[in-house]
Amino acid sequence: MHHEAPIVDFLGLNFNLSNVLMITVASAVVFIIALLSTRRLAMKPTGMQNFFEWIMDFVKNIINSTMDWKTGGRFHILGLTLIMYIFVSNMLGLPFAITYDHTLWWKSPTADPVITLTLAAMVVGLSHYYGVKLKGVGEYGRDFIRPMPFLFPLKIIEEFANTLTLGLRLYGNIYAGEILLTLLVGGLAHAGVGGMLAAILPTLVWQGFSIFVGSIQAFIFCMLTMVYMAHKVSHDH
Amino acid sequence: MLTNSLVLGAAGGGFNGGDILYQLIMFIILLALLKKFAWGPLMGIMQQREEHIASEIQAAEESRTEAKKLLEEQRNLLKEARTEAQGLIENAKKQGDVQREEIIAAARTESERIKESAKLEIGQQKEQAVAAIREQVASLSVLIASKVIEKELSAADQEKLINEYIQEAGEKR
Repeated sequence: MHHEAPIVDFLGLNFNLSNVLMITVASAVVFIIALLSTRRLAMKPTGMQNFFEWIMDFVKNIINSTMDWKTGGRFHILGLTLIMYIFVSNMLGLPFAITYDHTLWWKSPTADPVITLTLAAMVVGLSHYYGVKLKGVGEYGRDFIRPMPFLFPLKIIEEFANTLTLGLRLYGNIYAGEILLTLLVGGLAHAGVGGMLAAILPTLVWQGFSIFVGSIQAFIFCMLTMVYMAHKVSHDH
Repeated sequence: MLTNSLVLGAAGGGFNGGDILYQLIMFIILLALLKKFAWGPLMGIMQQREEHIASEIQAAEESRTEAKKLLEEQRNLLKEARTEAQGLIENAKKQGDVQREEIIAAARTESERIKESAKLEIGQQKEQAVAAIREQVASLSVLIASKVIEKELSAADQEKLINEYIQEAGEKR
């Protein structure tokens, strides 16, 4: 049950090769899908162009629900890339998990807290960057003592809490899904013919549910990203 | 061991600084690539469509107002034509009335004239007939008289005498 991670040391940094592989695969899948879907753009959209325009409108609506489009428009591409990347990452671990020599190679990249926390920290960092850029240092700093100066420590904690919850929520959901799938397929299904039969239905159900959870988590990640952004860049909240 | 793996996840031991770096770099690369190759063109075409629709709506509005204007014009023209036609009919009627009156008057005068001339002719005819009868009577009387009083009077005297009588008779009548 326990799989080793293929960690190598390179230039003093630890690289989990499985993560490197899956990040590359997820990015490649997202890029290829997006590229193929937008090759033949037409004024009258067909097929995949419709789908991608729907995604664009979907993300646009997410942004519009948290801030006005004048400030939020700049986050459109970030939101689009985030939701696509996270969705594809969540889906990658569903059909199979490949282990080689007790080493787990194929999984969802988002089933690793390092990856999700990296994304979360990037988002929160970007929100601070845009907060300073759009409101100026003074206004940005004053936001930390609003509405009451004694809330300042809480505001500081909030930033770290945001980062942690944003990253760990995604990680927990996806990792839990993969663990249960692993238990069902790797454990129950190996326990004889009866176990195999018994594992079919729960596996199907859980895979369906994981697809649902993966989509919802991608949406939530994008949504919360925009909420944190709006917190930092809008003047009244 | 199982719980350990569940709690710590796939991170294993040590700090995966490389993963963090790699994820960040890959995400930024993906962002840039998608912006250049997918989102950019897609946004462009959506923008283009928006503009197209806006201009189409504009054009439709314009043509609608134009159609309205034309319709108003046509309506005015129709109204004009109708009043004109009405006037023409009115005129024609009036003219017809006048002409009728004229024709009737002309016919009346014509008939009057014909009647007059017919009367005149009748009078003349009568005159002639009376004159003819008078002559006849005269000559007959002369004949009778000459038969009655043979040779007593010359024909010329007799005629003179008879004419006198007839004259008298004519005056008495």
